[in-house]
Amino acid sequence: MAYITLKDYLRESRLFQNRALIAAVLVVLTLAALLTRLVVLQVINHQHYTTLSQDNRVKVLPLPPTRGLIHDRNGLILAQNLPTFSLEVIPERVENLDQTLRELGAIVEIADSDHKRFEQLRRQRRRFDSIPIRVRLDAEEVARLSANRHRFPGVEIEAKLLRHYPLEDKTAHVVGYVGRINEQELQTIDASSYSGTTHIGKTGVEKSYEEVLHGKVGLQQVEVNALGRIIRVLHSEPPEPGQNLQLSLDAGLQQAAITAFGEENGAAVAIDPRNGAILALISNPGFDPNLFVEGISAKDYDMLQQSGSKPLFNRAIRGQYPPGSTLKPFIGLAGLETGTMTANQKNYCPGFFQLPGNSHKYRDWRKGGHGGVNLEEAITQSCDVYFYALAHQMGIDKLQKFLARFGFGRVTGVDIAGERAGLLPSREWKKRTRRQSWYPGETLIMGIGQGYFLATPLQLAHATATLAARGVEHQPRVVQNISGAYQPDTAVNVGMTKTLQQSSVNNWIKVIESMTQVIEGQRGTARSLKNDDYRIAGKTGTAQVFTVKQDEEYDEEKVDKKMRDHALFIAFAPVEDPRIAVAVIVENGGHGGSIAAPIAKRIMDYHLLGR
Amino acid sequence: MNRFYPPSGLRESNPTKAEGLLAGLHLDLPLLTGLILLCLYGLIVLYSASGQDSGHIERQAIRLALAFTVMIVVAQIPPAQLNRWSPRLYVVSLLLLATVLVIGHVGKGAQRWLDLGFFRFQPAELAKLAVPMMITWFLAEKTLPPTPRRLAIAGVMILAPVLMIAKQPDLGTALLVASAGIFALFLAGLSWRFMGGMIVTAVPAGWVLWEWGMREYQRNRVLTFLDPERDPLGSGYHIIQSEIAIGSGGLYGKGWLNGTQSHLEFLPERTTDFIFAVLSEEFGLTGVLILLSLYLFVILRGLYIATQAQDTFNRLLGGTLTLVFFVYLLVNTGMVSGLLPVVGVPLPLVSYGGTSLVTIMAGFGVLMSIHTHRKLLPT
Repeated sequence: MAYITLKDYLRESRLFQNRALIAAVLVVLTLAALLTRLVVLQVINHQHYTTLSQDNRVKVLPLPPTRGLIHDRNGLILAQNLPTFSLEVIPERVENLDQTLRELGAIVEIADSDHKRFEQLRRQRRRFDSIPIRVRLDAEEVARLSANRHRFPGVEIEAKLLRHYPLEDKTAHVVGYVGRINEQELQTIDASSYSGTTHIGKTGVEKSYEEVLHGKVGLQQVEVNALGRIIRVLHSEPPEPGQNLQLSLDAGLQQAAITAFGEENGAAVAIDPRNGAILALISNPGFDPNLFVEGISAKDYDMLQQSGSKPLFNRAIRGQYPPGSTLKPFIGLAGLETGTMTANQKNYCPGFFQLPGNSHKYRDWRKGGHGGVNLEEAITQSCDVYFYALAHQMGIDKLQKFLARFGFGRVTGVDIAGERAGLLPSREWKKRTRRQSWYPGETLIMGIGQGYFLATPLQLAHATATLAARGVEHQPRVVQNISGAYQPDTAVNVGMTKTLQQSSVNNWIKVIESMTQVIEGQRGTARSLKNDDYRIAGKTGTAQVFTVKQDEEYDEEKVDKKMRDHALFIAFAPVEDPRIAVAVIVENGGHGGSIAAPIAKRIMDYHLLGR
Repeated sequence: MNRFYPPSGLRESNPTKAEGLLAGLHLDLPLLTGLILLCLYGLIVLYSASGQDSGHIERQAIRLALAFTVMIVVAQIPPAQLNRWSPRLYVVSLLLLATVLVIGHVGKGAQRWLDLGFFRFQPAELAKLAVPMMITWFLAEKTLPPTPRRLAIAGVMILAPVLMIAKQPDLGTALLVASAGIFALFLAGLSWRFMGGMIVTAVPAGWVLWEWGMREYQRNRVLTFLDPERDPLGSGYHIIQSEIAIGSGGLYGKGWLNGTQSHLEFLPERTTDFIFAVLSEEFGLTGVLILLSLYLFVILRGLYIATQAQDTFNRLLGGTLTLVFFVYLLVNTGMVSGLLPVVGVPLPLVSYGGTSLVTIMAGFGVLMSIHTHRKLLPT
């Protein structure tokens, strides 16, 4: 045994010595290779590199690309680049920085916030980079500074392009805005393609189309003198400007809708059901995106943040609301398509609904009830009991499955950054998030668009457009065309299209007819929209913000404005050949028919009649 | 028994009085001389690279003193003790690496160090020692070469800390720790067929990762990493300037303090990662040859010490630590001269900065301990 161990020991020792020798040889060989490389650099190409080093006043400068423009469907500019002048300092080239800044301050106004930004940028920048001390100089300031320029070595007036949004708050929630690149964004962008670029899309289309809008960085090899001034350009690769975007958005329609909202908070989305193109997307109130481009001041930001009407919040794609009665046409369609009932079958509405073996009364909005109603009457009059019963009969699983087809509970995939998914509850969802089983009562209130169910205005408009197109679903898109100087072919931007599974197109026609009666019927809830120009199919909705206790009455006058119901309206027109589908929500607006419907009408009028 | 005959300069000579003192301190004179010469050379270059800033020299000298002290302390620890500590040290460094990752995650940013109040400690540095110690401890337990099963276990032991360090993200250190593990396996007699097989499987694995595992911007980063010239605004610019510095140095250099590339600030990271370019510019190929000779001497002496060691653990550990030192040299000079991609690895003992200095010197302390704690055998 001892012999074997000794033998192994010897073998191991020999193995190691072997390997150590190989390692030593490899070390020597590798060093020889390195030495060869150095001989190539230092002996063979020595002359070449000596010349380079003697002339090494060559610096490589990035040439940032010009950001692509954004237009509306009629060619109106929504985002552009305006030349502005800024006062920049290279601290390394200034002898006495404090004194220089003081003297500059005597020529143009330099605020404390300017000083703060300067100090902050100075810490982040590389050496010999110029740092802005004042931005957005006006013509007079530029003139005064130019006259005094000889006094300030290392100080330059720089002309650069700054993003500008001429329509300000009108399109802020669609177009979004750009801002200075921050630390987190630096982690995900390709640093060299953004060298020289200071801004990046932060929200909206500016963010979702960042790659297209940004363009390709160019570079310039320049010769500089000892002071760092450029003497001549040796070589330059021009940047490729970003591509321009044409939106399907109609700025006029956008404006008309905002005017229609007036002081109300809310959102509206209008979609062309034939192709999913977004015609208008409003979240009221908006905000001025230009404030964010060069960094918003703390004061302005606090004001926007603390405003009760939340102007920074994009209600159209991020606001999640119970759809209320606007969900009823979809529930009705679900009943028909799943064969749960027929359109003519009547249900008696006594003003409340009770689950078997339960005393709780699920109330109808009309105290006395609607009597015997069929599907059309139930939709026209927005009878709650009819839909309680229908939802109960169908059950949560079928209901959930059917509503999912219309895109509820998941993002539509619209090309505007920041969209939220809403909530389409299911047994599985409740088990997962609340660790509770599904109660039958929850199916009932889902039948009238209340309870856990939440949808964004965009989702509602999208579902309405799908209904209008009789089941042809187009992914919503706000960018219509992408074009650029370097790519003359206009690329048409289309989203996914698919046709929903249908058991009979008659079911769809029946539901659409019922929605027409909401406007045209004797007892329709949006009769005020009836007009001679075109026919509308719609549905009003009222979403409860707080729960009324059993046997207690909701009195609009008594409740605080913040606690008042949300008013909703969905519609499309013309019924025969729909060209626009709209969803409108007015926060705390009360009843859908009286406040949300007129806004929708205004939007449809503008689009269909041009007024 | 001694089958490896090193060049005569590396062999032990008869002990003198001074050597007796050094032996008492458990130091190895040839290795110590090589290290001291390297550090002095480094200080001379650093003085120029820092723009003749004596502050830089002072701070670096203090760090060197600290690092040499650590080396002397480590040299006093008998190798058997190191052997016993290996698993514990390994586990501790894994835990610390995990802690750093968690803190970095919570702090939403890259983080490599733990703040101990009086100084910032980088667990990755500990891993540079703990990983080779653990692997050699593990391999030396059983007869070499290792069985496939034990090889797989060793592979996991290497991969765990490497992945954690890469996640920090600290690619340079991850590379060094990985190479430590791989060298240990190589010296332990990993079969050539296995090494060939690893290379053959790595290619399709890399391709799969490239095609399906990466996003566009990540691919771009990898491409730039492999070929900096395609990114002339970023690291490509550094390499171009570094090559100009080296090439314009010629045979004899522009002279100390006369390097235009470094003094006109065309050269990036002059005192740290790119200090080799400063040396090449000012001292030319001659200066480079002197530097590389010093390194070669230290490395060969390290390997010689390893071959003279009396048990497998000592042999493997000594060899591994020496080769990792070589990887430092190779990756840094390769990067600066444009042969290898840009990875942040300092030129060992020369670059300004103290984090890796202490670890490197501790490693040499281990080598000295291995060499001076041998039991005398009758020959």
